[in-house]
Amino acid sequence: MHILFEPGFFTCGPVRVALVIGAVTALTSAVVGVFTVVRSQSFAGHALTDVATTGGSGAFFLGISPLLGFIGGGVIGAGAMDLIGVQRIRSRDMATGIVLGSATGLAALFLYLDTTTSATTGATQQILFGSIFTIEPATIPLVVILSALTLAVIGLIYRPLLLSSFSAELTRARGINLRGVGLLFMITMAVSVGLSSIAVGSILSTALLIGPAAASVRLTNSLRAAMILASVLGVVATWLGILFAYDSFYWIPSGQALPVSFFIVSLVFVFYLISGLDVVRRNLGWLKAERLTTGSTPQSALALASKVEL
Amino acid sequence: MTNIPVLEVDNVGLSFSGRRILDGVSFEIHGGEFTGLIGSNGVGKTTLLRVVLGLQRPDHGEVRVLGAPLSPRSRSLGYVPQKVVIDPDIPMRARDFVALGLDAHRWGLNRRTAHQHELVEEMLHDVDAERFADHRVGSLSGGEQQRIFIAHALISQPKLLLLDEPLANLDPKSVQEIVALLHRVASDHRVAILLSAHEMNALLPVMDRIVYLTDGRAASGTTDEVVRSEVLSKLYGHHVDVLRLHGRVLVVAEPGRDNDDIPQHPTLTIK
Repeated sequence: MHILFEPGFFTCGPVRVALVIGAVTALTSAVVGVFTVVRSQSFAGHALTDVATTGGSGAFFLGISPLLGFIGGGVIGAGAMDLIGVQRIRSRDMATGIVLGSATGLAALFLYLDTTTSATTGATQQILFGSIFTIEPATIPLVVILSALTLAVIGLIYRPLLLSSFSAELTRARGINLRGVGLLFMITMAVSVGLSSIAVGSILSTALLIGPAAASVRLTNSLRAAMILASVLGVVATWLGILFAYDSFYWIPSGQALPVSFFIVSLVFVFYLISGLDVVRRNLGWLKAERLTTGSTPQSALALASKVEL
Repeated sequence: MTNIPVLEVDNVGLSFSGRRILDGVSFEIHGGEFTGLIGSNGVGKTTLLRVVLGLQRPDHGEVRVLGAPLSPRSRSLGYVPQKVVIDPDIPMRARDFVALGLDAHRWGLNRRTAHQHELVEEMLHDVDAERFADHRVGSLSGGEQQRIFIAHALISQPKLLLLDEPLANLDPKSVQEIVALLHRVASDHRVAILLSAHEMNALLPVMDRIVYLTDGRAASGTTDEVVRSEVLSKLYGHHVDVLRLHGRVLVVAEPGRDNDDIPQHPTLTIK
């Protein structure tokens, strides 16, 4: 037991907070991430992490909660991208690039001010790469509520959002407000990026958003299955990352723990690489075969179908 | 068939930045009719379909669906757009895309009913797509995807199905299969079809009516009225032969004409 779990892992307060926050944010990121990948909006997702950096560093400078800064910055960024033209594919890249560039410039200013006023480089490390072990337990309810709201919005716009991921024309022809649905999704993306920023830092929140989702869409044949698998991968990577970081304190004689974000992001990357292996794809075929077609009675096929579809 | 036309397009005109796209276009489609919207590329076929769908407001004129002015949320219309590109990386089975045709406009995650699953099964059967129903949509061939898009559009039981160039980029065999399929589902589901194409020969066996679009103006009539040498020659602005041989109809352009509407060398024999 001690080989894997070093003494005090489960009794340590900050570790418990980290496990809860890490799981909730990883799960939200995974679900939002599947849509981000399906909609080819990874670049927009990354731009939102840069805007979240600006918000987080600004909030640090003003002495308010970085979480609110991360989320506030992201939501403002989502609105700015929508105004510039994220709804049209052609101007999407441009809008994203413009918002990303100007936000990062502001972040440079805030991070400079943060480090000079607090006379420590800790601010930069905390904003960019997270510090999951220093989160106040009182933050948990807010994180849980924001995650639940984000998932509720995804559930609400699920089908219109799905159709709009394939064809703007089909979506408009159904009388769906394409821009409204797209903007709502950008906001959920901003909130989810803001949430994972407190866990792995604003810069690395892209990894939690895209990584588990990218691995899952390779191995599944339906969005629902992809979301479930992405959530599992995201939570496992986060929990293992926390465990390794805690243990790393005992690995190095100097007694310094290594950053959690490094472990989490590395694990996500390893999962992605594994998902590309032929042997994995072949042996995880059951993830794709969510429905029996031949040999089953119509009733059982129907029952099974209603189980696997959203 | 009722006497109220499924679709009335009444004197529709539309300009984009000073360029006249549609100019006094009028025609009617009645229940169950198969209408071909024929014209060269860039002549305004897509624009006209978008006007009919309510996605594009005309400068003047009116569109009525089942006698009522068009509302953008009209459920009486099914639509297969020209370019739907679905990446093979997207984890979505063909059957899920068809099912999305039932409820894509609905909020929330309410579970689909057994009846809805039956509808999906029937629809997959009707378009002969059961073989690849559990494959990813993005991994299907052009003709297979077209079947899925048609099923997606038909499952909400529209009165009129609009298809924008559904035969473009298909090989001749798939073209014939899709045309036959549309003809069959149109009569089975009692749905009228308005299909745009730049080449009419493949449609001649099934087309009841032709709306020919040229220079923003439309000429329409039954296939027998329009597919005549003197009418087509006038529309195309050069000589076009209509051959009727042993009960088959064949449209052939004058040799040397650079016109993609009509093949110079007949490739298909019809009727």
